[in-house]
Amino acid sequence: MSRSFVAPTSLEDALAALAAGARPVAGGTDLVVGARQGKAPLPDALLAIHRIDALRGIEEVDGAIRLGALVTHEDIVAHPVVRERFPALADASAIVGSHATRAQGTIGGNVMNGSPAMDAGGPLLCFDGTATLRSSSGERVLPLADLWTGPGSTAAAPGELLVSIDLPAPAPGTGSCYVRLEYRRQMEIAVVGASAVVTLDGGTVTHARVAITALAPTIRRVPEAERALVGSDGGPEAVDAAADAVAASSSPISDVRGSAEYRLAMARVIGRRAVASALARARGEAIPIPASPALHGAH
Amino acid sequence: MKVDATLTVNGTAYPVELDPHISLLSAVRDVVGLTGSKEGCDDSECGACMMLLDGKPVNSCSYLALQADGREITTVEGLAGTENLSTLQRTFLEEGGVQCGYCTPGMLISATALLSQNADPSEEEIRVALAGNLCRCTGYDGIVRAVRSAAGQTA
Repeated sequence: MSRSFVAPTSLEDALAALAAGARPVAGGTDLVVGARQGKAPLPDALLAIHRIDALRGIEEVDGAIRLGALVTHEDIVAHPVVRERFPALADASAIVGSHATRAQGTIGGNVMNGSPAMDAGGPLLCFDGTATLRSSSGERVLPLADLWTGPGSTAAAPGELLVSIDLPAPAPGTGSCYVRLEYRRQMEIAVVGASAVVTLDGGTVTHARVAITALAPTIRRVPEAERALVGSDGGPEAVDAAADAVAASSSPISDVRGSAEYRLAMARVIGRRAVASALARARGEAIPIPASPALHGAH
Repeated sequence: MKVDATLTVNGTAYPVELDPHISLLSAVRDVVGLTGSKEGCDDSECGACMMLLDGKPVNSCSYLALQADGREITTVEGLAGTENLSTLQRTFLEEGGVQCGYCTPGMLISATALLSQNADPSEEEIRVALAGNLCRCTGYDGIVRAVRSAAGQTA
C-alpha cells in the first residue's frame, strides 16, 4: 500500500478518513517515537489531527472541565482551574517527558496509547473521567475504567476518535495528588505511581479515589484503599491501611526499570505518599505542583 | 506518494515534496539543506534535533515533517542576526557552554524556549528545562552558567 497523509481542519473530514482506514497522529510523542524505537512501523495511511480546532482547549463549566483531545500537557499545567481544583492532573502532566514532550504531547494521544505507566491516567481515573469517542456513525461516552482494556489497548473501535475527556466538578474540601517513583526528574516513565483524590467534610473522609500506575496491566482503581479511607478521619492509621491495600492490589512486572519485588515494596510507599498528600491538600496545606519531586525532597 | 508542502524555516518558505513518513529533522537537513540541527538518538531521548515549532520546542527527529506544513519552524541557524550572535549564543561561548558542540544546537533551542516563557529562571528551572537535552561531554555546568548569564539580558 502506498503511503498517504491528510490533515483536515474539520472533525467530519477526519472521521471520514478514519472510517476509510487512516490512523490518527497528533503530537507524535508516542506514535512516531514508538516507530523510531522499532515498536511498530508508522501506519501507511496517516490522519494528522493537529489542525482541528474543535479538539483544542480546556473548557470549564461550573467547576467541571472538558479537555479537548489536542490539549497538551503544557496546556494542562498552565491552566489555573486545573492547578486549583485538579492538582493531581497538573502533578502528572508537569513531569511527562521534557518540555518538548509537554509542548507537543496531547492528552488524547496519552489516553489512547493505553500505557499502564501513563502519568495522567491515574488522576483522570480518580477524577471519574469519561472519554467521548466519535465515529462517522455516532458518539459514545465511556468511563475511563472501561476504555483501558490492557497494556496498549483500548475499547475504542478503529473508526473511533477520542474527542474529549470530561471531569466532573470535585466537591468542596477535595484534595488530590499524583506521585511517581522515578530515577530521573524528567524524561522518565513511572517506575511506580499512585494517585489519590479525597474529600474531607468536617474532619471525615466522605469520598476517596485511589489508583495505581505501572503496577497492573492497566491504570486501575483500588477500591479496598478507597473503603479504608471513607468514613475515617484520614489519620495515619487510615493512610497506612490504604497504602497496604495499594500494595495488596498490585501485580507488577519486572522490566528494565525495576523488578516486580521492588515495585511491590515501593507500591506501599508511593501509595502512602499519594494518599497522605491528597489529604494534606484537602486540609489546605500547600504542596507544590509537581508533587513528585517535592515529595522526593528536591525542593 | 510524495505530498506537496511548504516548510517555513527561520522565516524563509521552502516549497518541498515529502514522503508522509519523513521526519521534520530529515526534511530540514536533507531536503531544505539546513544541517545545524543534529541527529543523536533518533527517538526523542537526547534533544540534539530540537527545533521550535510555532515557538514551542519539538524533538524534530520524532515529528512528522508534513505536520509542520504552513507553520513557523526555527532552527539554530535562525537564532543569530545577520551581524551578531544571539545573547544565548554569546553567553555559551563566554561561559564555556560548548565542548564538542554536537548537543549545542538543541541546547540553544531548548534554552531559547525556556527564556521565552521564563525570562529569569533559577538554576533548578534551567536544569529541569534542559533535562531533555543530553550533553555527552557532560559539560552541563558551563551550559547552565551560560543560560543564567543570558537570563535578564536583552535577547
